[in-house]
Amino acid sequence: MTTPSRSRRDFLRLSAAALGLSFAIPGLTLRAADARGVERKKSLLTIWLSGGPSQLETWDPHVGTDIGGGNDGVKAIQSTIPDAQIAHLYPQTAEQLHHVSVIRSLVSKEGDHERAAYMLHTGYRPEPTLVHPSIGAIATHELSDDKVEIPQFVCLGDSPFPPRGGFLGDKLDAYRIFNPGQNGQNLRSNVDTDRQQRRLKNLEVVSQSFRRGRGVQVDHTLHQHTVDAALRMMTSEQLKAFQVEDEPAAIRDAYGRLSFGTGCLVARRLLEVGVRSIEVSLNGFDSHAKNMEAHVNRAKELDPALATLFKDLADRDLLQSTAVLVIGEFGRTPKINPLGGRDHWPTGFSCLIGGGGLRSGAVLGATDPTGQKAQPENPIEVANLYATVLHTLGVDYAKEVITPIGRPMKYCAGTPINQLLPEPLST
Amino acid sequence: MSRLPLPVAKIVLPLAVVVGVFVVVGASARTRVMRRPPADSGRITTDADSVVAKVDRLFAKNWANANITPANPADDLTVLRRLSQSLHGTVPSLEEIRVFEADLQPHRMERWVERLLADRRFSDYFARRLARVYVGADEGQFVVFRRDRFWAWLGEQLQNNRHYDEIVREMIADRGLWTGVPEVNFITAAVNEGTVDVDKLAGRTVRAFLGQRIDCAQCHDHFFADWKQGQFKGLAACFSKVSISPVGVEDNRKEKYTVQDRKTLEDREVLAEVPFHSEWMPAEGTERQRLAAWLTHPDNRRFERAIVNRVWGLMFGKPWIEPVDDLPNPNEAGRQHDDLLDVLGGDFREHDCDLKRLIANIAATHAFRLSSDHPESESPERSAIIDNTWAVFPLTRLRPEQVIGAMLQATSLKTIDQNSHWASRTFRFFQELNFVKEYGDLGDDELADHSGTIPQALLRMNGEFAKDRSEGTPFSAPGRIAGMSPTAEGCLDLCFLVCLTRHPTVEEQVQLLPQLEDGRGDARKNAIEDIFWTLYNSAEFCWGH
Repeated sequence: MTTPSRSRRDFLRLSAAALGLSFAIPGLTLRAADARGVERKKSLLTIWLSGGPSQLETWDPHVGTDIGGGNDGVKAIQSTIPDAQIAHLYPQTAEQLHHVSVIRSLVSKEGDHERAAYMLHTGYRPEPTLVHPSIGAIATHELSDDKVEIPQFVCLGDSPFPPRGGFLGDKLDAYRIFNPGQNGQNLRSNVDTDRQQRRLKNLEVVSQSFRRGRGVQVDHTLHQHTVDAALRMMTSEQLKAFQVEDEPAAIRDAYGRLSFGTGCLVARRLLEVGVRSIEVSLNGFDSHAKNMEAHVNRAKELDPALATLFKDLADRDLLQSTAVLVIGEFGRTPKINPLGGRDHWPTGFSCLIGGGGLRSGAVLGATDPTGQKAQPENPIEVANLYATVLHTLGVDYAKEVITPIGRPMKYCAGTPINQLLPEPLST
Repeated sequence: MSRLPLPVAKIVLPLAVVVGVFVVVGASARTRVMRRPPADSGRITTDADSVVAKVDRLFAKNWANANITPANPADDLTVLRRLSQSLHGTVPSLEEIRVFEADLQPHRMERWVERLLADRRFSDYFARRLARVYVGADEGQFVVFRRDRFWAWLGEQLQNNRHYDEIVREMIADRGLWTGVPEVNFITAAVNEGTVDVDKLAGRTVRAFLGQRIDCAQCHDHFFADWKQGQFKGLAACFSKVSISPVGVEDNRKEKYTVQDRKTLEDREVLAEVPFHSEWMPAEGTERQRLAAWLTHPDNRRFERAIVNRVWGLMFGKPWIEPVDDLPNPNEAGRQHDDLLDVLGGDFREHDCDLKRLIANIAATHAFRLSSDHPESESPERSAIIDNTWAVFPLTRLRPEQVIGAMLQATSLKTIDQNSHWASRTFRFFQELNFVKEYGDLGDDELADHSGTIPQALLRMNGEFAKDRSEGTPFSAPGRIAGMSPTAEGCLDLCFLVCLTRHPTVEEQVQLLPQLEDGRGDARKNAIEDIFWTLYNSAEFCWGH
């Protein structure tokens, strides 16, 4: 790869001026949003546990019971939330749990990975004629920030079902970073500055011929707009947020240097730049066989990263402005199958939720320790969870939009969970 | 059993098997080489009584009523590009363009439509587009295998020009294993964790074959069409006998199909029932066979209207009525001469549901031959009227495989088809998979309005694939063009022909020729690479026009 002789930003300034391209370069601020605490625009951070994590081996252990795996099962440890004991696989998270709340009674009707991932990203069941936007896409659409030159909806890690823009448009599909810590793909030009400039000038001429007699139609394609935005991103200082080299070694060690830990660290850096919505995914929870082994293994990555993330966000005063959700597509069966595994379980599974101005330290719902009752106490619908998240981000969760097929659709069909709001919502 | 040395067992044998399969498959898929101008089949006529003339009159009347002058006819090369993109998923090769330009016989376009339809690339590609409607675009390992089998089967049917109504009846009603009877994958695509999702099948059937949406009637009555929840359940019941067993898809399920009544909360049995004209449903046969007969019944105009609207959409990049599967009810009084779907649908029925004829008819219409530029398109108000009356060919985003197909074809001067070396075709296959993954699939709803994304722009500008596609090597078009034409004009013309299927304009020559005149060797090679890059990244390359 050829290294540009001048900095790419210089080049872009020159060529933008020379070509009269339709974008202006704002003043450089690495951190487009320097405000902290309540002053800061809110963002959403989702830790996506792909495959369906077992509630019993994470945030809802039932120690000593059959469903808990008897003597071979997890032990419980006290967390910093008085009412919450969690699986002993998460000692570091237990120390930071007071930053968030625990829900132990999520319910959905979807037990297939793809369908459930859809449900848990959008709050809606899949429909054949319409793709709903993920909650992250809605937040990005409603709260976008012109100062951010990099994508405002980012998905870190190799999740099989990344969140989508749905009827809000492909432009709101999450921008994917498959290997956290590295820059996104295709961000560097393959040729030197002079040739790149020649190419862009050529492109302008060819585009002009095509525009003739097609002005409105060509504008409607947004083709030039996306090319410009891509060029703007290629030269943005904010791209540094995707890299972790300048982070202190101690911080990198604390998050963990594997893909997921690095992803969480990158997520924090993206939040600092003002990225609106981020998902970091950790695969490998689909434990149909050897459930315990799988969860011990996953906890080794998840525990340090999650605990460090909670602490780091709080220390940097970013937690007040960042709604954090730790969730997967469903939980796992109370019954342990003959392979020592647990199967899919969409009724009565757990998540962590906090930050962004939500109450912390609450424990909602409970599952049956005998595993006989499928329905948990205080069942919480996914739609209500997402109404809560959108509400705390400052988005009108019940806003009705007209979809491309002409059918009106609410962002979210649920209502916020009062127990998680600082002040109950009167309706 | 004697053991083979490790490297032989682990590397050489599997490699030999893979190579062997490619060679055998490659050889068997070869068909007659078509390097000469195609002959006239006489399939399509355009005299005053023809369906094409009727469609043209319908458009002429609409334009007159809206006080609009339609765009000029597009030049033949542009029409050829449109046809290649919609029927083959790629652009014409330089080889094809040369034969086309040298073809001076009458009815050139009609003959070339026939040629494109006879090409195996048509049945492969069109089957894939249609298969999305019938078996969806979901991921998941089994789904993907089954979809491939289904796609191959559908391609065979199109290649043999089977009647469309017969194809549909087989999809809906056939029995057997998903491997040996691939059409049953219409059913298996709706199997979720061992259970047959009859609601999904009912919804998909109505959308795909009647061009209407009743999915919402799954839970409540349709808001604006007269679909009732009971009608939805009756249709779903047509699939309720389906069982999945070791011998495949059967109709052996004994349990009654019940649904919970929303008011009384009691389970009630639902029988197989159709929402209208039950007299079209035969008494004999399995529930699926009866449903299939009813759907494809000669008087069921929804069936023909649905496929006409969809094929129109695949050819123009935009269906006649949007969304593609939410059509108004047909006029009960009979076919209307001012209703495009009735006009084309009537001819489709009269000719035994011949899909190739339908495509050739659409390709012959005045509307399909219009240019995509119009002098009045600079004004937003006028432009909207021009678009809405189809007085200009629509500008629509190409599907990822059309973009990559075009890039791959542009780098090779020879046609990449079943006559190509197996390596080229295998290369195309894998490159396409990766590119579609990175570019992003449009899902089931592929005919809806989409704009491009930033990652796509980055992929085209800086991606490895695009870089390889524009690199001047002794084997690639960018490399060979430098050697093929001694003059700068000749080089530039070749670049434009292989990438954009047209010749450069004067302004483009003024900008680009000096770059090519600037010496020989690497300078010219680099200039050609830069021009390829430019053309790949233009809206003209990425959007259907």
